[in-house]
Amino acid sequence: MVLGLAVAGWLLMAMRPKLGLVTRLWSSDSARAFGVMSVVLLLLLAIAPAKNHFSEWRHYQNQYRGLIRSRADAVSLQRRLQPGIQQIWMPEYGVVDRCTTCHVALMEASLADVSTQPFRVHPPIPHKLTEFGCSTCHRGQGAATTVEEAHSSTKAWEQPLVPAKYIESSCGQCHLNNLAGTPQLNYGRKLLAREGCVRCHLVRQPDGTQMTGTDAPPTLQHITQKTTREWIYAWIKNPQAYSPTATMPNFGLSDDDARDVTAFLMAQSTSIALPGLSDAKPAAAKSSPDPTAGASLYGESFCASCHAVQNAAGTLVGGDLGPELTKIGTKAKPEWLGSWLRNPGAYDPETRMPHYRFSEPQIATLEGFLAAKADPDFVANVHLPDATAQQIAHGKALVNEYGCASCHAINGIRRPDNFAPELSRVGSRPLAQLVFAAGMRHTLPDYLGAKIRNPRSFGPSLKMPQFGLTAQQVDALTTALLALTDRAQSQPPALRIAAQPESHYDPAGPAGQLIRDLRCFSCHQINGRGGDMAPDLTWEGSSAQPKWLADFLKNPNTLRPALTRRMPKFNLSESEIKALSDYIMTAYQDPAFERDSMPASYAPALVEQGRQLFYSKYACQSCHIVDSAKDKGYVGPTLSQVGSRLTPAWIFQYLKNPQELRPGTIEPNQHLSDDDARALTAYLMSLTGKQLKTHSATTAHTQQEVGR
Amino acid sequence: MNRDLRQLVFSVLLLAVTGACTHKPPVSVAAAPTAFGAAITEVSGGKQIAPSGALLDQPVVVQVNDAQGTAVSGAYVEFRGPVGVAFDPAAGLTDSSGQFTSKVSLGGAAGRYHFTAATRDKGGKIYELKLEAIALDYQQGLGRQLSQQYCARCHDPESTPERVSNMDNLATKPHAFSDGETLNRISDADLVSMISHGGAALNKSAEMPPYGYTLSKGDIQSLVAYIRAIADPPYPQKGLVYAKN
Repeated sequence: MVLGLAVAGWLLMAMRPKLGLVTRLWSSDSARAFGVMSVVLLLLLAIAPAKNHFSEWRHYQNQYRGLIRSRADAVSLQRRLQPGIQQIWMPEYGVVDRCTTCHVALMEASLADVSTQPFRVHPPIPHKLTEFGCSTCHRGQGAATTVEEAHSSTKAWEQPLVPAKYIESSCGQCHLNNLAGTPQLNYGRKLLAREGCVRCHLVRQPDGTQMTGTDAPPTLQHITQKTTREWIYAWIKNPQAYSPTATMPNFGLSDDDARDVTAFLMAQSTSIALPGLSDAKPAAAKSSPDPTAGASLYGESFCASCHAVQNAAGTLVGGDLGPELTKIGTKAKPEWLGSWLRNPGAYDPETRMPHYRFSEPQIATLEGFLAAKADPDFVANVHLPDATAQQIAHGKALVNEYGCASCHAINGIRRPDNFAPELSRVGSRPLAQLVFAAGMRHTLPDYLGAKIRNPRSFGPSLKMPQFGLTAQQVDALTTALLALTDRAQSQPPALRIAAQPESHYDPAGPAGQLIRDLRCFSCHQINGRGGDMAPDLTWEGSSAQPKWLADFLKNPNTLRPALTRRMPKFNLSESEIKALSDYIMTAYQDPAFERDSMPASYAPALVEQGRQLFYSKYACQSCHIVDSAKDKGYVGPTLSQVGSRLTPAWIFQYLKNPQELRPGTIEPNQHLSDDDARALTAYLMSLTGKQLKTHSATTAHTQQEVGR
Repeated sequence: MNRDLRQLVFSVLLLAVTGACTHKPPVSVAAAPTAFGAAITEVSGGKQIAPSGALLDQPVVVQVNDAQGTAVSGAYVEFRGPVGVAFDPAAGLTDSSGQFTSKVSLGGAAGRYHFTAATRDKGGKIYELKLEAIALDYQQGLGRQLSQQYCARCHDPESTPERVSNMDNLATKPHAFSDGETLNRISDADLVSMISHGGAALNKSAEMPPYGYTLSKGDIQSLVAYIRAIADPPYPQKGLVYAKN
């Protein structure tokens, strides 16, 4: 190309004197000149058909004819081949795709063995290519008819092909819900909300909703009561050194800046009345932390359902809903730990930690156990002089500059608006607006990836901090961001597949107060609101027997002995249990069937028939245990006491259609007849756990909750 | 004439300047090896399955050994693969434990990717380790998701922290989905039928429940596509079979 231009330029310059000759010729012999000019014009006219004849697409179509000639179904392939330029036009989408001009075999299933492009068969997707076009998902310039211009993968075109790695981003332009086939996109969206991205960056979804954070950054308004200035200093210098799983990013603060930020944070902190912090505690309860008692109380309370601790091998054991506790004793003051265990909501009303009803000795034991989990080395080298007013002022300026209040509540600092660039259309950001770092490929996915991986590589003075993300997480986030395109924002709403609407369900009355106090929504989902760690309780009133529910709330340890993530024991009072179970039994009923519509006990013949169906026809024992001596199935919950746990109407309805009652449960719908379902219900209702030993023989454990 | 010559020189210069300005990707130059091995083995990361175009979940780790089987540090290792497969880094020296780690991402088309890790001995003789990874297209990827949710508890002999394998608890051992020896001989239609109607309906173990009322037809087809994609030995390529002439 460059060579051609240069040669043409030289020819033109060299020909300039000769042009004079033409004019002279014109005046002297017009007939001859006319002849010469005609020939020249003819040649010029011939350029267009020649260009058409030697075009790339014609070359590929000819190549394709050669490819199919020797195949068994050559005739039908040949018949389906449309010669000439082909086009998929979708006016409502603004799509004009001529890709099928060269990609002629996209829908020829019999060419599945051909791996040379452009003749590869398109892999199966849920959409028809003729109805969705190509550039809708793959991007590129659909109207172009040369390889270079259509793909433009080698140049910084505005719309190059999106690499296969990020192709799920295209699904996300229309599908605002989570699809089973787009795990990377789903993960990326989850990370956007969980890693704090959307706390600084505004992300407005195409349906108008604004993405909100699902992480729970702690309040810093009373930080002096919780921890020391030395710990804050070491933490903000490198949060991942304290906990490798910390969400808090590294701001790369200099020693002086970190000193001043801590000075300000200490200065802005106010004291509030915390339970048990002011009153003098019994000395005996405070002084003797018994490590074995602490460990067993930590286990019994199922702290590990949410909190992880590093074991001797260095691997994290436990959930990730709350912070890692390996070095908690270094961070939290013992008296703060005590008050937090008494009632976390008193310090941080936004916390997801439930309000356990621990007794004073229990608090002393746990406080001692957690305080002993310390790593003095973490703060050993931190020596901070007393803060000066100037340092505090500088610290405040830094806190404003780095947008700390975007995530944390801080006294005297307002949560900044539009702190970071809005990302609602970042997937269509023109390359001309981007400043690339040296050595980077000039494409949008590369830019986004680099920005997420190492923000300061674009300049040491940039504010965006360093996140500790894995390569997979960076790819997932890039995919989620690439889905936020102009097309996604501007297309007709009818083309969008709506996201799961956010639920603002709030239970009423004293029971609602209890549900909030116990933070049930941290793990359970009710009416669309809440976490996914534990079973959905929306229809709990239809499924559970009242007595079982009350017993379970009193002592939840009996249901699934082998799970590591389990319902904690909150030490509820009798009146609290009654209020809660009454409310659940009344409010959380499935209107589709009557809870008490079926008898609780059945004729022995029907029970026996059900037992046979259970063991032979449906082989339920492959997944469920009834008799722990004989059955081994370990997928679904143990059923040896199911007759005193679930209502017969629920069992019957559940057997008939499990997914109807618990969407997504892996219990297969066996399409049972009413007779079989009734017999199985009779058998299951006979399993009250009274005649059988309930000792569980299994040693395996699972963290996954399976629908009951 | 003189002027023409000057113009020619000018054009050539222009050409040279534009040529020099075009961007050239930096070529990574690996350090010279400090030691040589006589064998190369896989430590981890072989036979991974990933969506097409994606980075493999685990990095590929290979180890260079000498003739006695002892690990050699400082030996040169180079990864090579077909177009589309990217290695980060593609070449380098083994670390103190004789190992070399590379993050591998697969090409955009689904299928099996064969790539090699190679090292040289002093005489320049090349030792090669053949590796394979499988890239899944959309349908196969969906099948993989469904398989992990509904099937893997019984069909996968391996347990993970999130999921305990139920295979050993069953009277009739299910086939692992990668068991090509058995599953390649079963037609697509038969696999769909087994998944939809369960074992009992086909005179097989009732421990395999029917999923035809739980999963959609498309879901079940995705599962079959996934089973075909990960078969070992590979499932014969779809397409017409030609008579040999």
